[in-house]
Amino acid sequence: MSKIKQVLSVNFGKIQPDSVEEYVKAGGYEALKKAFSMEPVAIINEVKAAKLLGRGGAAYPAGSKWEQLYEIQEFPKYIVCNADEGEPGTFKDKMLLEKDPLRVIEGMTIAGKVFNSHEGYIYIRGEYRKIQKVFQSALDNAEKAGYLGNNILGTDFSFKIHIMTGAGAYVCGENSALLNSTEGKVGRPRIKPPHLAEVGLFLMPTLVNNVESFANVPTIVLVGGDEYLSYGTPDSGGTKLVCLSGHAANRGVYEVPFGVTLRDIIFDEEIGGGVANGGKLKFYHLGGQSGPIGFPEQLDTAYCCKVMRNNGLSVGSGAVVVLDESVCIIDYLKSVTEFFIHESCGKCVPCREGNTQLQFILDKFSKGTATEADFALMKKLSTTMAKASFCGLGQAATTALDSCLKYRKAEFEAHLNKQCPAGVCFTNEEGGE
Amino acid sequence: MCKQLTEKDVCEIIASHQASKEKLLSILLDIQDASGQNCIVEEWARVVSAELDLPLTKIYDVITFYEMLSEKPRGKNIIEICKSTPCHFIKGVNIVNIFEEELCIKMGETTPDNLFTLQYTSCVGACDIAPVAKIGDEVYGNLSKDKIVDIIKSYREAAICQK
Ligand SMILES: Cc1cc2nc3c(=O)[nH]c(=O)nc-3n(C[C@H](O)[C@H](O)[C@H](O)COP(=O)(O)O)c2cc1C
Ligand code: SF4
Ligand code: FES
Repeated sequence: MSKIKQVLSVNFGKIQPDSVEEYVKAGGYEALKKAFSMEPVAIINEVKAAKLLGRGGAAYPAGSKWEQLYEIQEFPKYIVCNADEGEPGTFKDKMLLEKDPLRVIEGMTIAGKVFNSHEGYIYIRGEYRKIQKVFQSALDNAEKAGYLGNNILGTDFSFKIHIMTGAGAYVCGENSALLNSTEGKVGRPRIKPPHLAEVGLFLMPTLVNNVESFANVPTIVLVGGDEYLSYGTPDSGGTKLVCLSGHAANRGVYEVPFGVTLRDIIFDEEIGGGVANGGKLKFYHLGGQSGPIGFPEQLDTAYCCKVMRNNGLSVGSGAVVVLDESVCIIDYLKSVTEFFIHESCGKCVPCREGNTQLQFILDKFSKGTATEADFALMKKLSTTMAKASFCGLGQAATTALDSCLKYRKAEFEAHLNKQCPAGVCFTNEEGGE
Repeated sequence: MCKQLTEKDVCEIIASHQASKEKLLSILLDIQDASGQNCIVEEWARVVSAELDLPLTKIYDVITFYEMLSEKPRGKNIIEICKSTPCHFIKGVNIVNIFEEELCIKMGETTPDNLFTLQYTSCVGACDIAPVAKIGDEVYGNLSKDKIVDIIKSYREAAICQK
């Protein structure tokens, strides 16, 4: 049986992305029409029943988030779509923005209707400036066709969507930093609470959801929450766009129902297709740089937010970076840490200094000058960063390290004796192979 | 070469974004694009500060925070090589070396003709075609030595045509 299930990706490559006509022909905007005949609370109940878990990384239940915002009686409310997509190894929001932008727009518009919001913002990363143009064209066409702007579908409901651009800062994907950046400010995170549902964009109640989360909304409204839930597992409703990269044989974006195994994702012929060039799987990095690392013995874990979390793994953004045996774990972690050093906004000490110190210790391992005591130091550093960092960036920066210390301590120990199983460290040739 | 950006041009860019404070990032990116030297010099930062009624320090706070903005002149084309793990661990070609050799500059430098600046970037969301380099808004993937040579050539030729 095919492990692929197409819900979000049905239109990919089949319609002209910014054409309302083609989108409608493919069944688009039926959900919006249905939503107009429903009570807002009924829509929220469908989203809850669907068990739609946020697709931006944290897997927070969208239904609860919507319910909380709905209960707040302060207006105006804002709808914000997080299209910053900065987690390395993630390129699925790009597919939605580029190949089916109207689905995202329809999802945001339904949210606008639910919260009686008249203004939506989509924050698209600066690296996607070319896609911003496609998206703008889709917005313009939707407005011309009466699905957006003033008096949508001839009713008295009006909703506009503005594109805001990022300019190269991973931390802006953190939802409060995203709002600061959307307001034209420096994208450093805000202190929480207050939650964004209460004090969000321009200090007003705000909904922030990921691109893929919004893209699911039309389907949920159309087929109903229960049906949508049944596509996935009882805990994670629906499907997930996964992004395969690194040494995967078939790199790209694939849509799978929750509940398939990691083995299916990495090895199924229709999905990852195994390791490229006959290589052997050494580990895989899940959900971006801030996610955990998984090993071959964990391949039978079901891809479901709850099961993964219970096993110390994570779905996160949907990134699956496959690495073969030519890669040294220490070398890999150094590259991850370098990313966090570069992207740390510098606001708080545990993250700003912690990552730098961590790199210093990892470097000792790769040079063969580390000692037993460094294990304890790394653990302490990791705990401190996770507990004391101001935002999710610093809190999650050592997630990958923790997986490796837990399951592959032996590879660190080998480095104490100046041995690198992958043959990368302690050689004078570059790259090892 | 590129026409010098005038104060009038800068004001027009600001007006095209309704002189809105929220649009500061878009305004700065557009000015940088039009500058011909991929940067925002103090003169233009001052204009933005005055037109948007924002303190100059705030404009600099933003320029120095975001990776894509620069206060220092850079080459006409910024070549950004992705060094996040999905690209970095692709075997076979060391694309940084190839770019350095072809351009006769080191990472971080600008060619003497001001045509290219070489720098690193974090993931640009094209990991399925790693290894990747981004030049302006264009992304080039599955890079090999031949491809890199061709790409650089095409930018050099485009520059000659413009002259
Ligand atoms: C450092 C950092 C970076 C993040 N980057 C993104 C991102 O690029 N895209 C995204 O949707 N969420 C990102 N998030 C998660 C958001 O803060 C937020 O949880 C998400 O946008 C909520 O939407 P969802 O519930 O639909 O997933 C990031 C979080 C952190 C801490
Ligand atoms: S954890 Fe890092 S990114 Fe987050 S506020 Fe602190 S320094 Fe900035
Ligand atoms: S890691 Fe290079 S484009 Fe994503």
